[in-house]
Order: sequence, then C-alpha cells, then structure tokens
Amino acid sequence: MSTDSLAGLTMPAGPAKRPFLEVKDLTVRFNTDDGVVKAVSGSSFAVERGKTLGIVGESGSGKSVTSLAVLGLHRTRSNATVAGEIWLDDKELVTASDEEVRKLRGGKMAMIFQDPLSAMHPYYTVGAQIVEAYRVHHKVSKKEARVRAIDMLARVGIPQPEKRFNEYGHQFSGGMRQRAMIAMALVNDPKLLIADEPTTALDVTVQAQILDLIRDLQEEFGSAVIMITHDLGVVAELADDVLVMYGGKVIERGPAADVFHEPQHPYTWGLLGSMPRLDRELRERLTPVKGSPPSLINLPSGCAFHPRCPYAGRNGDRSFTESPELRGGVHAVACHLPAEDRQKIYEQEVAPNL
Amino acid sequence: MLSYLIRRIVNAVITLLVVTMVTFGIFFAVPTITGSDPALLYIGKTADPASLEGIRTKLGLDDPIPVQYGKFLKGLVAGRDYANGADVTHCDAPCLGYSFKTEQEVTPLLISDIPVTLSLAIGAAILWVLFGVATGVLSALKRGTFLDRAAMTGALAGVSLPIYFTGQLALLIFIHELGWLPDAAYTPFLEDPAGWFTGLILPWVTLAFLFAATYARLTRANMLETLGEDYIRTARSKGLPERTVIGKHGLRAVLTPLVTVFGLDFGTLLAGAILTEQVFNLRGLGYQALTAIRQNDLPVILGVTLIAAIFIVVINLIVDLLYSVIDPRVRLG
Repeated sequence: MSTDSLAGLTMPAGPAKRPFLEVKDLTVRFNTDDGVVKAVSGSSFAVERGKTLGIVGESGSGKSVTSLAVLGLHRTRSNATVAGEIWLDDKELVTASDEEVRKLRGGKMAMIFQDPLSAMHPYYTVGAQIVEAYRVHHKVSKKEARVRAIDMLARVGIPQPEKRFNEYGHQFSGGMRQRAMIAMALVNDPKLLIADEPTTALDVTVQAQILDLIRDLQEEFGSAVIMITHDLGVVAELADDVLVMYGGKVIERGPAADVFHEPQHPYTWGLLGSMPRLDRELRERLTPVKGSPPSLINLPSGCAFHPRCPYAGRNGDRSFTESPELRGGVHAVACHLPAEDRQKIYEQEVAPNL
Repeated sequence: MLSYLIRRIVNAVITLLVVTMVTFGIFFAVPTITGSDPALLYIGKTADPASLEGIRTKLGLDDPIPVQYGKFLKGLVAGRDYANGADVTHCDAPCLGYSFKTEQEVTPLLISDIPVTLSLAIGAAILWVLFGVATGVLSALKRGTFLDRAAMTGALAGVSLPIYFTGQLALLIFIHELGWLPDAAYTPFLEDPAGWFTGLILPWVTLAFLFAATYARLTRANMLETLGEDYIRTARSKGLPERTVIGKHGLRAVLTPLVTVFGLDFGTLLAGAILTEQVFNLRGLGYQALTAIRQNDLPVILGVTLIAAIFIVVINLIVDLLYSVIDPRVRLG
C-alpha cells in the first residue's frame, strides 16, 4: 500500500469513482498575532452516502476546524488559509467560488452545532430560523415553509410543533433545543450532515435519544454523516469508520471495529484507556493520557505526540526529528514504532488494562 | 404586565416628587437660610421696604418652607392664586410660578420652547443613529483597514471635540465664509418647512457628529463581538448570503443594547442641548435654562429642571417597556 491511499477505507470499488465526500491533504492555517496556528495539517479522509465517519480527538486536535473547512466557513475569516482538496459529489470545494459554496451550505451539506443555546439566534423564534433555512434554498412562500418547518419539528420528536414553532430557543429544554437544531439542519434534506459534538451539552439519557434520532434520520435520508466527538462511546455506537486526530493531523484511521479492537497508535490506546467502562472489572482508577495537548503554534518537532508518548525514543531519534506518515491500507496509522513492536506492546501492556 | 406598568408609573411619580423636592429645596430654601432674599431677586435691589413686603406676601415667601413647597405642588396639579390682599393673580395648572425677571408665567414660556428643542433633538437623533450605526458596521466589517482607521479617528475626534468648537467652526465655514446657509435660527415647521430645515441643518449635523461618534464606536465594538457569536456561524452554515447574515442576524443583536443608550441620550437632549442651543442661538429649553441660571431666575430654573426630569423618567420607562419587545429573553415583572 502507498503512504496515503484512501482506497479501501469506505470504497472498495474501482478507482474511477470518487467517494461522495473526499478530503485530500486538507491544511488549514490561521495567522494570528502570536504566530501561525497549524490547525489542520495534511488530513485526508472519505465518507460514502449512508455511512458515518467518526472523528475523535482532544479539544484543539483539529476536528471542528476540519468540518468547518468542509462547509467553507473559514472563507469569512480573513486570517485563514485553506489548502488541499475537498470533493463533494464530484465537485471541488476549496477552489470553488464563495457563491457556489454558499449555495451548497445548508442545502447539500449541513451542520449541527455543539451548543444549541448559543448556536440559535436569541432574538428570532425557532420556527422563523427553520423557515429561513428552508427559504434560502427553496423558492416557496412563507406559509409553505412554515408547514415544512412544523413537519420537521414533528419529525425530530418535538411535541406540539405548531406551538413550539413560535417559541424562542431559550424557552426550549436542552434536548428539545438540540432536536430543533437538527430539524433546522435537516430541513433541506442534506446529503452530507456534519454533527459537531451534538450531545456534549446534554444529559446522558437525552444523549442516547439524540444519537438514535440522528441514526434514524440518516437511514431515512441516506445521508453521509460526519460525527465529531471526544466521546468514544458515541463513535462506537454510530460510526462505520473512525478518524483519530492529534495536533491537527490524522494519526489513525480505519473501520470502527478495527480501531476499537486493534488500536494501533499509542494515543488511541491512551484514549481507550481513559474511557470508563461498565462492562469490565472495576479498576482502581482510569489511566489518562499524561500531559496536555500540544500548542498548534509551536508543534513539537518530529511526531507531535512524542512528549506524551511512553514509547518515544525506541528507535533512535526518529520520534523527535521525523514526522511519521499515515501508513497502512484500510486501517492506517502514523507511528514510528514497527508494526510488530506495536502489536507486542498492545497485547502485553495495553490490552490487559483496557 | 399591567401590574408592572402601574408599579413603574408609581415609581416614576415618586422619582419626580423627589426631584421637585430637591430642586425646590436648593433653589428656594437655601437663599432663605443663607439670608439672601428671593423677593429681592424678584423686585430688584432698589425696592422700598413696603413693596418688598407686598411681594413677599404675594409670592408666599414668608411662609415656612414646607408650606411653600406644598403650595408649589398644589400649583402644579390644581393651579394657585397669588394674593396680597385684594391684589390676586391666578396661575393655571400646571403652575410653575412667575419668572423673577420678565414677570411672565413660567409654564407657557417653557412650553413655547419645547418645539425648538424637540426639532433639534429629533433631527439630530435621526442623523446620528443612521451615520453612527452605518459607520460602526462598516468599520467592523473592514476591521484593520484604512477605512476602519479613518472612521475611528474621525469618531475619536467627534467624541473629543466640544460643541462650542465644532459648532463655531461650522458657523464660520458654512455661513460666514461659504454663505451656503442663512444664519442659524429657528423657524416653526408649520410656518415654513424649508426655513425650518435650513435653519436647523447645521445644529443637527454638529450635534449628530458628537453623538454619531459614540454610536459608531459602540456599534463597531458590538458588531465585532456579535460576529464571533455561534449564531452568526449558524446563520452562515444555513447558506444565508453574507448581507443577510450581517444585516439581519448581526444588526439585530447589535442594535438591542443601543436602544438603552439611545433612550438616555435622547432624554437628556430633550431636556435641552444647552451648548448647541447657545452656539446656534436657538431659543430652546437649554437656552432658557442658561439664561435663567445667569439671571438667578429661580422659578424658570425649577421649571426647566422638572421638565428635564419628566423627559428622562418617561423615556426610561419607554425604553424598559420596549426592551421586553425587542429582547424576548427579558421578562417584565
């Protein structure tokens, strides 16, 4: 396998057809007074219709920046530069005009945001905001749009939708607000839905309902879904494929089952080790990943994870000087440890503690 | 809602009562205590003791201060009679007494001043809101560019330069040098709308420049903050054109806090733009106030103060009520 082939990740078919969404070598930089923030560096992935890609990583690992780049939302920030390729349904978006991307935004691709209270306009009713979203992409009367909006509110499980239509975001409970947000994102039947930590601000019981809802709606609409989260439980629940990001880079990528059962990267081991599990024997304490996330302005030399990696330095200076590339086929990893060593360490040291 | 309104109105009345009490106290009681005589102010220093005594009786100046205040309040609500034996002068409600200088009733005097002040305040307010907000929005959108810096430098100048400088400068340039406008003067709108307009345009612009500067800075800061809000990102993610994102979602959030500031500024101006009216020779409430203060004309000062307080209290009430309409998160109660 070549260093960074996407073939086989979600697309076993021939090379002629592009995946529904294909992101290649995406790089996002922000110029700030403190220096250049390398928010995302050379990340590549793909999602097919009807499939779900989970992106996991700590805060500041580049998950949200990646998804905002797909939607073209960095275009309004004068200090952002986006490079690489984003193909959505055979159309390249990085080089497309602002107007072309705007027309896709909210229509063919839509996004659910993390905190629905701040993501909704405080001075407009929930109904008005959904109607607005529908009417940008459909030439219909306000009345028709209202019918559609009420229908969507009912579809996402909001009781008394006609009444709630006229209420404001702050009058909704957290779970209902997130449902309304989902209704707003889905009102135009998007083919690509990006959910940025959709359950972070919610109660556990409500979390499960919201995830079920997203899954049901995905089946109904056949959309491709990107689920951004730092909650591995959510990924295990929903994702077909998983992308693990660290310091703005993809460090492990593969089918969800593989990544969970045979995680390859020491960082992924750390993530799994820090996840509380009820189906295992109770241990004294969880094992967190030591240290803190790297500064995206001053990324560590070599492998960005090396300051926190217990196995750094096993093969000379490579961890400190050379940035590892994402290698492997369906299940790819960016790590300097030889595959056999990783296998051995995982089986002997890591797996027993998970 | 209704109980809120009633409570607010009762509060407003109490506030006004306190204002009259304090002003009355300062203007009428203090001279009595310090030994200077209001009756002397009224009649002039060369008066003979007999007529001085007459005036004192007629104006009730020899009553105890609380009684004087009571009579003043009665005059406000029911009118009052000034009597010295057979010499009776009736003053209709709301009676603010008689000017010490011109011996005219204060109430009609002040009422005749209101259209001037109102014209000045409303015209200037329209100008400053339009230009201030537009400049602020543009500055925020073009942040860091030459346009932004130029606008903010202009705004800084607007905030720092006093009216008596900018006003005199405007008079000098547009009236005396260029001769584009006739001498600034107030013509009633109903008599001559064009004259009303040309007479007021310079005071409007001068006054608006001062306030527009503040509003531009406020709008710019609010807009920059709002543009970083999540709901603006949501609006963009829906595929709304940028002008809708800014003009609808952004501006709606920016203007809401401006309503409070505007209410206060406008209320203050209605009570008389003393400097502007002085510079442009407009006989409004501010002009009246200054003249009265110069001449120690206590009843007029008291009247102007009361009217100013009424404007500010009423505008504040309106702003609070309006706020519950424009910000759905605010509940009255």
